[in-house]
Amino acid sequence: MDGILMLTAEHLVLSAIGVGLALLVGIPLAILITRNQTIAGFTMAVTDVLQTIPSMALLAALMLYLGLGNTTLVVTLMLYSLLPIVRNTYTGITGIDKGLLEAGEGMGMTRWQLLRMVQIPIAFPVILAGIRVAMVTAIGIATIGVLIGAGGLGAPIWRGMQIMDNAMILSGAIPAALIAIACDIGLNRLENAVTPRGLKVSSLARS
Amino acid sequence: MLWLPQSGVMRVSDFLKFMQMNLDSAVLATGQHLYLSFGSILLGMMIAIPLGIWLTDKEKLAEKFLAATAIIQTVPGLAFLGLFLPIMGIGVLPSMTVLFLYSLLPILRNTYTGIKGVSPALVEAGKGMGMNPFQLLVMVKLPIAFPVIIAGVRIASVYIVSWATLAAFIGGGGLGDPILTGIQTADINFILMGAIPAALLALFAGWFLGMIEKMVTPRGLRG
Repeated sequence: MDGILMLTAEHLVLSAIGVGLALLVGIPLAILITRNQTIAGFTMAVTDVLQTIPSMALLAALMLYLGLGNTTLVVTLMLYSLLPIVRNTYTGITGIDKGLLEAGEGMGMTRWQLLRMVQIPIAFPVILAGIRVAMVTAIGIATIGVLIGAGGLGAPIWRGMQIMDNAMILSGAIPAALIAIACDIGLNRLENAVTPRGLKVSSLARS
Repeated sequence: MLWLPQSGVMRVSDFLKFMQMNLDSAVLATGQHLYLSFGSILLGMMIAIPLGIWLTDKEKLAEKFLAATAIIQTVPGLAFLGLFLPIMGIGVLPSMTVLFLYSLLPILRNTYTGIKGVSPALVEAGKGMGMNPFQLLVMVKLPIAFPVIIAGVRIASVYIVSWATLAAFIGGGGLGDPILTGIQTADINFILMGAIPAALLALFAGWFLGMIEKMVTPRGLRG
């Protein structure tokens, strides 16, 4: 039981670091590209292609350059998390009612103030949705990290498959499924909590 | 030429020679991969599209189904395969089952919202013309919802073609096999043998279905 808790924690931490790095890179990047339509289109296309590459393939390719272990996994996770985060931040910011931007400008806000006091607070729930998608995907990809020597819950699943030990497989698969679902539900609740009442849209439209 | 810290210099010509020698297994893996992807998406469409249509006037029930498929979607790929192993063993069957389950949410959700989203004015117009519910469905709602449904199929397809690589973990074949071999032998040629076709297939599926999506958008609704 102890071991599984450690693995679960490790799994969560690895996923969180991957998503965190993507946030550090992705949010400023998304904000930058709101200035320029063509660069925005290009960036979206690049992150789109990145996401289409099967995760196992990207993981394997990066392993050859970066070696085995957690670092490679985290880099892969970061690359995969970029699309949801960049796309959601971008559409969150550009989707803001122009009237609100004008109101801010009319109040004498600088570009930076506009960003900080109008755009980001309103875009926040959408960005959070991107984080949610990124986190769930990261947990999923982290399970195959075991292939390249990373830690996490993939290890008991993989080893259990190889020696046909169902109990071992489940000891990894069930926690993995549970933390993914928990993250999804938890971040969903958070999303709803930070959405200003006036902007609430149906959950169907947003996931 | 690609410089790899691990395995020294790699030449494109080496890789091409490698592919030539292993063409038969590459083709086999690609065929298996297509079979897995196609099969699961087709099954997904056969279940999720009628289900989505049926649910359009049952909002409460629809939300439960959508929630259930959303939960299925969040389960990590390898964990899902692991959960099914005790029940279904290894091979194509559990692989296709898991992939089929993964295809449900995008297709179901898009079918449901696509049909629900048809402008009520258009439905009224149809009713005014004396259409019965079936005619309304076939002559008004489905044609208008079609591009949204295809979008759902597109999303599901790209997702499935990518995740079908996991089938290799449980002996289901597919392009994950060479990738797995490549990882275990640290041989980039094997990795590329699986990765390149897999990525190309996923991109192609997205592009192809995107084209179909545009083609079936009624001219009046084109953006």
